[in-house]
Amino acid sequence: MTASSLGAHTTKELDRVVIRFAGDSGDGMQLAGDQFAAVSAAFGNDLATFPDYPAEIRAPAGTLAGVSAFQVHISDHDILTPGDKPDVLVAMNPAALHANVGDLAPGATLIVNADSFDERALAKAGYESDPLADGSLKHLVVYEVPMTSMTLAACKKTGAKPRDAERSKNFFALGLISWMFTRPTEGTIAWIAKRFARMAQVAEANTLAFKAGWNFGETAELFASNYEVAKAHLQPGTYTNVTGNTALAWGIIAAGQLSGLPVFLGSYPITPASDILHELSKRKSFGVRTLQAEDEIAGVGSALGASFGGALGVTTTSGPGLDLKSETIGLAVSLELPLVIVDVQRGGPSTGLPTKTEQADLLHAMYGRHGESPLPVIASKTPSGCFDAAIEAARLAVKYRTPVVLLSDASLANGTEPWRLPEIESLSRIDPNFATEANHVDEDGKKEFWPYLRDPVTLARPWAVPGTPGLEHRIGGLEKLAGAGTVSYDPANHEEMVRARAAKIAAIAADIPLAEVDDPHPAGSSRVLVLGWGSTYGAIAAGVRRVRARGKCVAHLHLVHLNPFPPNLGDVLARYPVVLAPEMNLGQLSRLIRADYLVDVRSVSKVMGVPFKAAEIEAAILDALEDPDVGSPGGDGPPESAETAETSEATGSLGGAVAVEAGA
Amino acid sequence: MMTQDNASAKASSSGNGSGSLPGGTENVAPTTRKDWASDQEARWCPGCGDYSILTAMQLLLPEIGARRESTVFVSGIGCAARFPYYMSTYGVHSIHGRAPAFATGLAIARPDLDVWVIVGDGDALAIGGNHLVHALRRNVNITILMFNNQIYGLTKGQYSPTSVQGKVTKSTPFGSLEVPFNPISLALGAEATFVARTHDMDRKHMMEMFRRARQHRGASFVEVYQNCNVFNDGAFELVTGRAVRSSNLIPLVHGEPIRFGEAGEKGVATCKEGGLCIVDVDASTEDQVLVHDERREDPSIAFQLSRLARGPFEPTPIGVFRAVDHQDYGAGVDFQIAEAKSHADADDLAALLRSASTWSVR
Ligand code: SF4
Repeated sequence: MTASSLGAHTTKELDRVVIRFAGDSGDGMQLAGDQFAAVSAAFGNDLATFPDYPAEIRAPAGTLAGVSAFQVHISDHDILTPGDKPDVLVAMNPAALHANVGDLAPGATLIVNADSFDERALAKAGYESDPLADGSLKHLVVYEVPMTSMTLAACKKTGAKPRDAERSKNFFALGLISWMFTRPTEGTIAWIAKRFARMAQVAEANTLAFKAGWNFGETAELFASNYEVAKAHLQPGTYTNVTGNTALAWGIIAAGQLSGLPVFLGSYPITPASDILHELSKRKSFGVRTLQAEDEIAGVGSALGASFGGALGVTTTSGPGLDLKSETIGLAVSLELPLVIVDVQRGGPSTGLPTKTEQADLLHAMYGRHGESPLPVIASKTPSGCFDAAIEAARLAVKYRTPVVLLSDASLANGTEPWRLPEIESLSRIDPNFATEANHVDEDGKKEFWPYLRDPVTLARPWAVPGTPGLEHRIGGLEKLAGAGTVSYDPANHEEMVRARAAKIAAIAADIPLAEVDDPHPAGSSRVLVLGWGSTYGAIAAGVRRVRARGKCVAHLHLVHLNPFPPNLGDVLARYPVVLAPEMNLGQLSRLIRADYLVDVRSVSKVMGVPFKAAEIEAAILDALEDPDVGSPGGDGPPESAETAETSEATGSLGGAVAVEAGA
Repeated sequence: MMTQDNASAKASSSGNGSGSLPGGTENVAPTTRKDWASDQEARWCPGCGDYSILTAMQLLLPEIGARRESTVFVSGIGCAARFPYYMSTYGVHSIHGRAPAFATGLAIARPDLDVWVIVGDGDALAIGGNHLVHALRRNVNITILMFNNQIYGLTKGQYSPTSVQGKVTKSTPFGSLEVPFNPISLALGAEATFVARTHDMDRKHMMEMFRRARQHRGASFVEVYQNCNVFNDGAFELVTGRAVRSSNLIPLVHGEPIRFGEAGEKGVATCKEGGLCIVDVDASTEDQVLVHDERREDPSIAFQLSRLARGPFEPTPIGVFRAVDHQDYGAGVDFQIAEAKSHADADDLAALLRSASTWSVR
């Protein structure tokens, strides 16, 4: 099935397109969007996705609260974000339209399931009049498609009850959009067969609905043209499409293999982290032991217990769980045992916005324990980066015998991107360096084991695991005598130990990569450094590209290591008169930077539960550049090609983004 | 009867959960009590019941051929929780209430270890109640000894979840209003597979209960009546005092009729209204006396036995209430892992990364 074969339509080329599938949370929009992304990835586009779903499993059908959406951005060049505004919105019901129409720019394409626009549904969605009739959508290119009735007609021969057949309408939508963007169909048809292998009738209905959607696009003389988005020129290699949660789980498995330590995950289900527990629970063949604990406290407690036994102890959670784990993380700081704590951040405080993204746990990770209890903090910046971040967290934990907090967030957890798979052989090994013999001789010449005798280089203490004869020792949360590790209430010893624990973490700075600034301009010409961390990477990098496309200079530094900071960070900051720190919080990194480097960071905050848009970052940078304090706008650099810049001009409508007409 | 059971069920030699651990443990010489005492001086109040429990443990472990390097004591916080510091084994003094959680991870990761959990009544039943019941329910391979002194000792004398109603303490100057937990009933309700009670005045009985608990594969729960002579002196005197013991302690012995009293003149029988009651044993009632069966799958009779006394002031059963064999959690995990590993390329990381659809860019 190719569009041009019938000659009824023209096919236009686009360099990129943003599509949002929106419907009721029971409508299967996540599934449809995810499959569209998978097919596009396999086709060779670069892409980024953004699933956005309600916290309630099934909010009342047809209401605004129940709307679930999946946005996918596909392109023929490398892209960094799921896109600011959809070029195409698929709305399965009035509520989906109402909740999303505000994000559409004039000229955008809207495809609605016309069958769902009855009076009751309109009222439920809060519409007083029918938007399809009242002229309120005049600024859009609207296609009214009777998706429900066409799905029912297509599925009739399966013998499925109408109520069941109707549920295939997401596949009708997927078929139509697949036609519209000339996606290959074989992949989806094969995927349906596999995914619904145990439900033959459902598989058949979904396939028929999918084909009906495709054929509708092809034969109905509704659409003047369809579109192609060519393959992107990605680095050679083998790719897969991965979410942050899956990449993180795989990174933990990899860390287990690289260290030779059996992985133990103690976890309690919590959105949006549970998928890590699910993925690791499947991987018993890698020797992974998972425990769904009775609570968050037992999740981390059991992980720490496993670490004491010589395993790689890991616990996964989100903000509310991190609150509960604080006490045990403090014990891990005191016991100086390896422990990886994964916090997939979500909107807070309290239950907050369980399915929405935020970066407001940074200071919690840094300081959320009583006493002086420093630990390393790292953050992934992309979904696939969660793989490397998990390995790095484990490396630091094992090498320095310390708990490490690894920060992800809801947008990384569920967002996907193509990931060029690493060669396993290229990953560095992690040496657990277990203690095997006594390390001290007492006054009587007797050899003994001192559990707190530090390595002079790493300042880490020896890790002697039960089962090792001669190294029996007792440790606990009480302050320990430096070296010997016995309980000590001595004032000077306490100060020595507090300082030793702090020095150990601070010294890790020498063992992490230097901060590398993305600043292609001649030295001194960038006056503004955009400093980010975590999932804002895509939006910041895209915003920076847009500014550069305007011929202006701007630098970007994205931190992965947040405690300790890279050793050259102070020097880097000193090179730029203005440091701009966009964060999905009220300025937490900004505070740390101000405190450590006395740099007057300008915080750019967004706390709406959704990621920054590239346009917002662009505006913030332009704003800063125009500020007289920034000094001379300095050396406008050569504009970057508009093709690689995710320019705002290119968003909003299919018409605006058309580059070439391929024609029929 | 003490037996040599080095190849105990608690510390299995069958599987070492950790693939790359150092050290072998073959052919170690027999140990003595001295080998099991650490160099730390015990710092409980003089006269505290904890001392006799420590002695019982330090005598038992060499006797049964346990190994120091594969023995771990994990404790929470409280007077009882100092216990690990006094044993020359591996030990962790963890967090108030969290010892069962810590021990759960340790025991699952290391099925070869002999993991003891030392907790007090406040530790296990108040702040750590959730961890206790779930460790028991999961049947994690650990031995939990709960030193019950019906008081908070370390924080200097507040009432605990086992304090009797009306108890006057610093935090209940007008008397406690709370109904206490019955730890044995609680453990049985939490699906515990091994439940026993002993007391600090009878070393031989303690050693026997500890030995049995260790021998049990899965979660074992032992309540130890422990006298806190500073803040709650004599709490168990009415049942454990030498003068009253024979008339107020009811020894539970598997396969034996449940009888007590100087000459076994009292017995436990099923009463007409249902439930258990205490009867005078004579020729006419002798065959009504309940024969103790700790292996009974249905825990309801064990539960009834746990309710026989309303508190340690009337005839109270001691001994093993329940000992049934169920698969322990860690064994289940190991079984699933072995099964998953038996497939080809089971732990091929490169294949895992390629398990979703992939594509190549040249
Ligand atoms: S306060 Fe009570 S329980 Fe604690 S050590 Fe003293 S006597 Fe023993």
